[in-house]
Parts: sequence; C-alpha cells; structure tokens
Amino acid sequence: MITLGRLLIGILLLALWQIGTVTGVLHPLFFGRPERILAVIVQWFVSGEIWQHLAVTIAETLMAFTLGTVLGVAAGLWLGLSTHTAALLDPFIKAANAMPRVILAPIFGMWFGLGMTSKVALGFTLVFFIVFFNVLQGVREVSPTVLNGVRMLGATRGQLLRHVYLPAALSWVFSSLHVSVGMAFVGAVIAEYLGSARGIGYLILQAEGMFDVDTVFAGIVVLTACALVLDGIVGIAEKRLLVWQPRADHTRDN
Amino acid sequence: MTEVLAFDDVGVVFRDAHGGAYTAVGGATLSVGEGEFLSVVGPTGCGKSTLLNLAAGLLSPSSGAVRVFGEPLRGINHRAGYLFQADSLMPWRSALDNIAAGPEFAGVPRALARQRAEEWLVRVGLAGHGQKYPHQMSGGMKKRAQLAQTLVIDPPILLMDEPFSALDVQTRQLMENELLALWQGSRKSVLFITHDLEEAISLSDRVVILSAGPATRPIAEFTIDLPRPRDVAEIRMTPHFLQLQERIWAVMREEVLKAYKQGAAA
Ligand SMILES: Nc1ncnc2c1ncn2[C@@H]1O[C@H](COP(=O)(O)OP(=O)(O)OP(=O)(O)O)[C@@H](O)[C@H]1O
Ligand SMILES: [Mg+2]
Repeated sequence: MITLGRLLIGILLLALWQIGTVTGVLHPLFFGRPERILAVIVQWFVSGEIWQHLAVTIAETLMAFTLGTVLGVAAGLWLGLSTHTAALLDPFIKAANAMPRVILAPIFGMWFGLGMTSKVALGFTLVFFIVFFNVLQGVREVSPTVLNGVRMLGATRGQLLRHVYLPAALSWVFSSLHVSVGMAFVGAVIAEYLGSARGIGYLILQAEGMFDVDTVFAGIVVLTACALVLDGIVGIAEKRLLVWQPRADHTRDN
Repeated sequence: MTEVLAFDDVGVVFRDAHGGAYTAVGGATLSVGEGEFLSVVGPTGCGKSTLLNLAAGLLSPSSGAVRVFGEPLRGINHRAGYLFQADSLMPWRSALDNIAAGPEFAGVPRALARQRAEEWLVRVGLAGHGQKYPHQMSGGMKKRAQLAQTLVIDPPILLMDEPFSALDVQTRQLMENELLALWQGSRKSVLFITHDLEEAISLSDRVVILSAGPATRPIAEFTIDLPRPRDVAEIRMTPHFLQLQERIWAVMREEVLKAYKQGAAA
C-alpha cells in the first residue's frame, strides 16, 4: 500500500516536471527535461563512459572513509585515555572542528593537485572528526562497573584497551557509519566539482560549463543513486556489527 | 583459622573538588578466615561498597592497611573475584564469551577457555543461553552469568556486593541456595555485603554489623551456628534462626534509625 503511494507520488512529481518543461512554465534551459536526462544516463551506461568516473568517485570515497575511520579511532582512543593531552589540545581540536572544512578544498587542490589525493584529503577531514568525537565519547562513557569488572578478571592494560575501550568506542563509530560514509562521499564529490579531471563531480562541472543542464541533472541522479546504494550497504553492515546492542523495536527477545 | 583477608584499622576519606572531605570508613578492623562465609550488614550508604572496593584493590585506604594472605595489598587484588551490585558484563560479548573472558585474559587458549566457560554455563543453570547478549538476558540470568564469570577463574576469595538485591524473592532464594552449594563444594572465603539481615544470617558463618556513616566501622559480630547444609527458605522458619535474628536486629535497629535520621536531615 505504502509502496504504491510512494510510486504514485514519484510519478506525479516527474509528470509535473515533464509537463512544466513541455508547456514552457519551467524553462528547459534551467530545469532540463526528464526524458533527456534519462537519455543522458542511458547513453552513459550504454557507452560505458560512466564507469571510469563512478569508479574514481567511489574509490575516493572508500579511501577517505577508511583513512578517516582508522586515524579517527586511533586519535580518539589516545586522547580519550590520556586526559592531560586532551586538555592540552582541547582549543586546537575545537577550532579544527568549528572550521567549515569544505573551504579547505582549494587548498588541498594546490597542495595535492587535481588528482585523487586532494579529494581523499577533503573527505578525510570530514570523516576524521566525526569518528574522532564519537570515539572520544565512547571512551569516556565506558561503564566504570564494566571496567572494574574486567580489571578484576585479571585484564592487563593492553587487554583493557582491546577488550573494553575499543569495542565501546567502535559501537559509537558503527552507529555513526551512515553519517561518516555520507561525508566521505560528499567530500569526494565537492572536491571533484571544485577542480578535477575525472569523477562524477567532474562530469557535472563540465556540463555546467556548457550550460548542459540535462547532464548536470543526470549527474545528480547518478550521485543520488550511488549514495542510496552506499547507505544500504552500511545498513546491512550495521546490523551485522551491532548484534549485541539492544534495538528499539525488540528490546528483548527471550 | 588462617586470615585470608584482613582490614587493619582502615580509614577512607573522600575529598571533593571544593576541598571538602567525607570520612566514609573510620578505623575499621575486620578479617575473613579461610573457607569462611562472612556477611557484612549495615544501613544504606554507610560504606559497605567502599569496604569491598578496598578488599578488591580498586580503592586504596587513606590510613591503615588491607592484607591478603598476610601480604599488604597493592593494586588490584588478583586473589579475589568480585560480584558487583550493578551490571558488570561486557555488553558486546555473549554470555559464553563473557564467562570465557577471565581465562582468556590469563592466556588460556581460546578453545579451552570456551570449554571451561561452557562447563560453568551449565553449572549456573544457563545451559543453552550461551549465545545471548546481556541485553537479551533477564536480571537473574545476568547475575548467574556474572557468578560464572567470577567463579571460572577460581579465586580463593569471593567479594559479593548485594548480588541478589535486585532479584525477585523466588529467584533470589534459588540463587542463594545455588551459591551455598557452589561454596560448599569449593570452600572459598566469602565476604558478602548485604543490607538484608535474613539473607546474611541464612548464608553465613559470621555476621558483622557496621555502624551508620560517617566513619563506619564494625560495631558487633555474631557467630551463626546454624547447621549446614542449609536451605535458605527452610532455615528461616527454625526457632534458632529467629532468636539470632532478634538478637542481631536489636543492635542493628539503632544504626538503621541513625542512618534514617541523617537521611531525613540531609
Ligand atoms: N567516590 C566517592 N567520592 C565521594 N564520596 C563517596 C564516594 N564513594 C562513596 N562515597 C560516599 O561514601 C559513603 C559510603 O558509600 P558506599 O557506596 O560505600 O555505601 P553503601 O553502604 O555501599 O551504600 P548502599 O547500601 O546504598 O549500597 C556514602 O556516603 C557515599 O556518598
Ligand atoms: Mg553499595
């Protein structure tokens, strides 16, 4: 029932768009035409031209995500456990986090050139802070009873780190996966859009330069589809990784 | 009887950020003998958990000393297992993996650690529930898992902080009997904290009463010469039990009233 409703709303919106552009209410130069947008997308996939761009954007996203997550976890654990260093670095961390980091894109472009590195760098700065703050929170909110319990079981400091702090921190990282994967993707695309030679962001940039609004919209559609697929994969991963956490819909199943 | 755990004139002062100080424990002297089941009873907030944390080495005394097998305690007490009042299971591990944690930390190979955990799972009545995570277990199941987690490392000393106070009466008596059976088989030295006098009498060899805070310390002790093995539900009906209870309550009543008045004044 709800699927049908959603389908109808989707069709209605597309139809309005199509009618608007055909009748001239929506100028095709600014709004494109749904059937032409579809044609561009089909053409991309038929010719196979899209794959190299898609591969680049996804590779940048994955690298930014991996790098940001690994270093974010490491930094979060380190500062979460050494209160003195955390206090010392506090103003710098606050400043780095408060800065609108997207604006670093041109700087990364100058530093790392137009290749993939500058895209990974921007995605990384976005992901890193999300993960870092989640880990910091996770470490600080470890239950003292669990901690003491594990210490009484004879755990060494290293074992505490591995068997208590890390899982506690990772649960926060996993529950912010949707945001951090999304941010890696956004970082990659924005950096591409601001200057690149490949990637979906690059296709949009090119088309915009030629006032080819159909291709711009086609790029946006591909990006959205790609983001939805990534989000779906994250959703599956999340379910696997967080089996031990109570879920709102079934708090207990015994 | 050899002393397994001893408090020598122990004092604990908690200081807060504003320079204030609260003396939680003042000059407490107490000892637990080998194989003895000792219960400590006191009004709420008097410092029972503090005393147990001292024995565990999670807290060091401000004055005096804690000795374990005659040696002054420094750092964590590795001869003791601690059954906490609150939940201490790792939420990200299943019941089985929680129980296997102690042996695993000690370097026992994983397969062997799990095998031992499996044995204890059965012994505490959790057979078939090993794959459950803490959030999927009832309060009683979690307590059983905690008990198994502590006993699998076979510590000579067992510290228990009101372990059953959150359970319903039936589950509670069941677990008290199970605890007695397990203890009877191993003869560990137990320091058992409770605010429930009946529970203390029905389980113990000796009951110690703490004064109301601040500066709590033992003010009286009673030997419980009830026959063993005991059934905690049945023994409560015997005349000797009731006599003991009456005698101990006469002493404890005053402390409870004191604590109550302090609570009302605060
Ligand atoms: N870390 C701490 N800092 C300051 N005061 C503390 C601290 N821990 C305990 N206290 C105080 O010491 C006293 C004894 O606390 P404790 O937890 O040992 O009581 P308890 O007898 O176990 O109480 P209950 O029966 O409610 O469990 C209380 O007044 C408490 O407020
Ligand atoms: Mg307590």
